[in-house]
Formats: sequence, C-alpha cells, structure tokens
Amino acid sequence: MSQTLAPALPTASRQPNFGTLARNLFIAVVLTYPFLDLAFGWQALLAFIPMMLMITLAMGLNIVVGYAGLLDLGYAAFYAIGAYAAAFFTSPVSPLNAILPDSPFFWMQDFWVAMLLAVLVAGLAGALLGAPTLRLRGDYLALVTLGFGEIVPRLVKNLEPWTKGVKGMNPIGRPYLFDCTFGVDPCTIFGTQYKLGMIPYYYVTLAIGALSIFLIIRLRNSRLGRAWAAIRDDEIAAQGMGVNPVTTKLWAFALGASFSGATGAIFGAYLQTISPDQFEYSTSVIVLCMVILGGTGNVWGVMFGGLLIQSFDRIFAERLTGWVHKFGAATGVPAVATLLSNFDLLRSRLFIFGLCLVLLMALRPQGLLPARKRRESALIDETEEEANARHDAAVAQAGGPQ
Amino acid sequence: MTAQGAGVVLDVTGLTKQFGGLTAVDAVDFRVQERQICSLIGPNGAGKTTFFNMVAGQYEPTSGDVIFDGRSLRGLRPHQITARGIGRTFQNIRLFTNETLLENVLVGMHSRLRSSPVAALLRLPSQRREEAEAHARAMDLLKLVRLDRFADESAGNLPYGMQRRLEMARALASQPKLLLLDEPTAGMNPQETLAMTTLIRKVRDDFGVAVLLIEHDMQVVMDLSERVTVLNYGQKIAEGTPREVQRNDQVIEAYLGRRHKRPEDEVAGAHA
Repeated sequence: MSQTLAPALPTASRQPNFGTLARNLFIAVVLTYPFLDLAFGWQALLAFIPMMLMITLAMGLNIVVGYAGLLDLGYAAFYAIGAYAAAFFTSPVSPLNAILPDSPFFWMQDFWVAMLLAVLVAGLAGALLGAPTLRLRGDYLALVTLGFGEIVPRLVKNLEPWTKGVKGMNPIGRPYLFDCTFGVDPCTIFGTQYKLGMIPYYYVTLAIGALSIFLIIRLRNSRLGRAWAAIRDDEIAAQGMGVNPVTTKLWAFALGASFSGATGAIFGAYLQTISPDQFEYSTSVIVLCMVILGGTGNVWGVMFGGLLIQSFDRIFAERLTGWVHKFGAATGVPAVATLLSNFDLLRSRLFIFGLCLVLLMALRPQGLLPARKRRESALIDETEEEANARHDAAVAQAGGPQ
Repeated sequence: MTAQGAGVVLDVTGLTKQFGGLTAVDAVDFRVQERQICSLIGPNGAGKTTFFNMVAGQYEPTSGDVIFDGRSLRGLRPHQITARGIGRTFQNIRLFTNETLLENVLVGMHSRLRSSPVAALLRLPSQRREEAEAHARAMDLLKLVRLDRFADESAGNLPYGMQRRLEMARALASQPKLLLLDEPTAGMNPQETLAMTTLIRKVRDDFGVAVLLIEHDMQVVMDLSERVTVLNYGQKIAEGTPREVQRNDQVIEAYLGRRHKRPEDEVAGAHA
C-alpha cells in the first residue's frame, strides 16, 4: 500500500493533563460559583448573570459574523426583539394581558412558553431582516444591518400602545421551577425553605449558555456549518459546489438571531424592566467586540473574549478603582490620597476598551483564540516532490485506492 | 438520454454572450458525449472561460440553450446546476482556504447530502449515518488524489500542485456526470502536469464522467482529448480530433497569424 510511504505527521504536542485539569477546574468553579460567592463574600453574582447573557449573545452573533462571514452591526435589534417578545406575552402592562388570560392561548403567558416564542420570533425576525441583505456584501451589508439596529429601538420607542415607549415595560413575567418563582419566593427544597435570591437566575443563564455552545458546535460540524464556512471563504466557489447562498445566509441570520431570543427573554425577566435604550448601537458594538477580541469563528474564543470584556466592565473596573482609592488613603500622604482618589477606571473604561482594541488589532488581528491555527506550511512543501513521486508510482501501478 | 440521442451528455446550441457591445461567445454549438474527454482551446480572450461560466450558470447566456442530460439548464442558478451533475474547478484555484482538506471535499458533497439543520441540532441517527458515510467517501476521494494524509490540514497551506488536485477531489465529490476543468495544469511543472493528465484519465475511467477542459498546454490537449473545439473571438472555428484540429488552417492562423511568405511552414511549432 502506498500509505506506508507516508511519514506520520508529528501530532500537536499538547499537554492533555494540564488542559483537562484547567478545564475541569473552570467547569467546577462555574458550577459552584454562587456558593463560592456567598462563602467568600465576593458579591459579584449579579455581575455574572448579565455577563453570561452577553456571552451567549456573542455566540449567537458569532454564527452570523464568524461562521457565515456576514458583518452584522445591528445585532442588538434581535436582542431587543427577543426581550420585547417575551415581555409582550408575559408582562401585565402588555396589551395582550387584556386578552390572553381568558383566551384558549392563556398558556402563552407562561414564562418558559414565552421564552420559546421569543426564540421563534427572534429567529423569524432574523430571516426577515436578513432577506433584503442577501445581495449585499462587506461594507454595504454592514451599513444595512446598522440601519436595522437603529430602526428597531426607534420602532419600540414609537409603538407606544404595544411597547410602552420610552418608559419601557415593567414588570415582566418571571421564570420558575416547580413552585419557586425566581427572585421572589423562598424555595422549598426537600421540606426546607431557602431564600435563594438571584441564584436560580444564575443557573438558568448558565444552562442556556451551555446549551447554546452545545447546539452551536453541532451546527458548525454539520452540512450547514460547512456551507457557512464555504460562502464565507469564497461565495462563487461555494455556489459551484452546490451551496445555495440564499438559504445558507438566511439560516445564519435566523439561527444567529434565535439565540438572542432566549437571551433577551431571560434578560428582561432578570432586570424586570426593559426599555429601548438598553438595545442601542453600543450594545451591538460591544457584542461584536467580544466576538472579534476572542477570535472570530471559535466558540471558545468568543467565550474567552466575552469573559475578558465583561468581567473588566462589570467587576474589575469597579474593584480596581476601589483598591486604588484605598491604597491612596492607606499611604497616609494627603497629596497621594487626593491624586489617587481622582483615579476612576469606570469613567475611563471606554477609553481603556478602545485602546485595547487598537492594540489587539495591530498585534493580533485574528483574535486571542482564532478559529484554526495555521501551521507553518514548510512541512508540506518538503513532501510535495515525494508526494508526486508517490502519485506517479501509484498511477504507473494503475491500481488505485479503490 | 432522451430526444438528444443516446450518449450526448451536454448539448449546447447557439450559445451567445454579449457584454455590452462585445460578443464574447458567438452562437457556439457544442456537444460532449458520455465518458468523452473534450478540450476547448483558443487564444487568450477567445471566450473559453465565458463559455464555461455559462454552462456552469455563473453567467446568464444572452441567447442559446444548454441541454444537460436531456434537460435545459437555462435560468438555473449555479448551485442547482451542480445538483444536476456538473462539477467544476476554477482557473484561479478557489479553495476554501481556512477549512481543512476534508471539509473542502465535504462541501463538494453539499448537494448530495440531505440532512436538515434541525436533524443536525438533534443529531438524529439518519444525520449521523449520513455524516459518517460522507466522511468515508471524502477520505476515499482524498486518497484518490493522494492527499489523504493531509486531511486535517488547512487547504490554504497546500502548495500549488496539491491545491489543484484538491480542487479536483472537491469537484468529484458532487458526483458529477460532467466535469468542467478550467486550465487544470496551469502553472505546473512537467512532472506535475503528467501526474494531472494521468489523474484526469483515471477519473474518467473510474467514475465514468465526461470531461470538458480548457487548456493552454497543447501537449496535454493532444494527449488527453478525444475531441477538440477551437474558439477564436467567440466563434467556433474548428472542431474534431486532435489531429484534424492540428492541421486546420484557421486554427494555425488564430494561433500564429496569417502565413504570408512561407506556405510550407510546419504546424509542429504551433505550441512552442
């Protein structure tokens, strides 16, 4: 057989022990975080919930931008549509509340049903808004999505009878498990009552994030996932291979948006109020930055990028500022204390954020954890002649592999 | 298959393409028989690639018709034409450079796979079976072009000659009845060229496909083709066996210019 001529490729010299250890540790921390938080008094649980929501959002956007290569600057629009769809079904201030409870569709007011409806609505909106952009590419596509990102909050503001305009919708239906409604009731577990506070939200958010990763990886390794990569790399060649660019792109928009449906529903329930200003352009940009910083096209990279940006934004900026102020006071020198008390990372967080982006794009444009590391091709160059010889030999043999 | 008569896989009649005032392809009639290797030759700008792009659906013909396997291809989009059974390679290699070799070939199978995104999300047994079969077939094709040991490498890392072979495997993955090869040996050294020629013939024999190729290397054309068609300024000026075409005055004129002084000039130097 000709295979025997082929030298074995050196396998990537990973250290599986360290890798699995780090991964298991990460999973353990994430699973037990609410209790660690309580035990150590970190008080960051409320930061972690929106953080995980944003990361899930970034993974949905990654389908559109990373997998299918369609630059979407208005992703927050779908987030808004998901959040408003859930609120529309469950909020007492929603006009539906006048009709639904006594109709045969009363079950739509159930939070979990409303969340699934929000997923469907967001997915449908993704396909609808994606349709006019199908012929566009690159800059033009980005501009149109930017337009959608502006239109949706504007619509929400002005469709006051349905959305309560700038006031926003408040309150919103809460998720529940068994008899326990999240964030309100003490929960009875095995006969004992516990005041769990926001802990159930943490786990639901985590579950949705984990499920998203799971589903997204399945999609990536399917016929559709390969078609996304193909139209991203070369649309004409993809067509030549039988890929229908229209349906492939529509699936990307629809599936990408559907993940923001679930996220939006939880987000609304968690905050108990949603208003149009939560879904402005800056949200789209931050989510896009999370995708690009971590490594476009790689789920783990996106998660990593999201963790970095969000933990800085929601936890470390504040903590560091506090520490610096304390440090200044502790020196006992009034001049130093005054100087350092003016130091405020929260005020300059967008500056720091911008600076980091500039540095990253200059030094590592593919992101921190890119989709696929390109191995040096010297290895293959070397074997080309040999491969040809092998080819010729096999051809002369006229046997063939089949 | 039907009224076109047995054995005709591609039947092109009066195919014309105008770009504004320029007629790139002018009323070309053309036939390819089943399992035949045909070449389309002609000087640069003769309209060969435009002709290809019309057959593959990339360009809409101004007039004329393309009958493939007994049915017209007019109005079909490129991906539908691939599904009908025409596979192609590109003049400037167009691989999916960020994807692995295996994934490139799997994309080539796109039109032969059926699983819906929902089946993929749920990973239904039917989808798993289809994926497993597709992977096995893709590896077989990579073996055919001697690239199986690089299956997990990024296609962009491959050197030129190997990229051409990968494109071939990718085109075959769609199980075509007709393979369109746009300059398959362009930029290759003599050794690589020989290997590619052998591969093309082997593919025809093993897979029973008809092959239509555009080629500038006359050695390849004469070695490989059973039939040669010559285009010049968008018009078909000659057609026949390689020998017949080699002796055709119009062809010689198209390639070398009109003979003025020495009518006894030999054709042999035509491809130098």
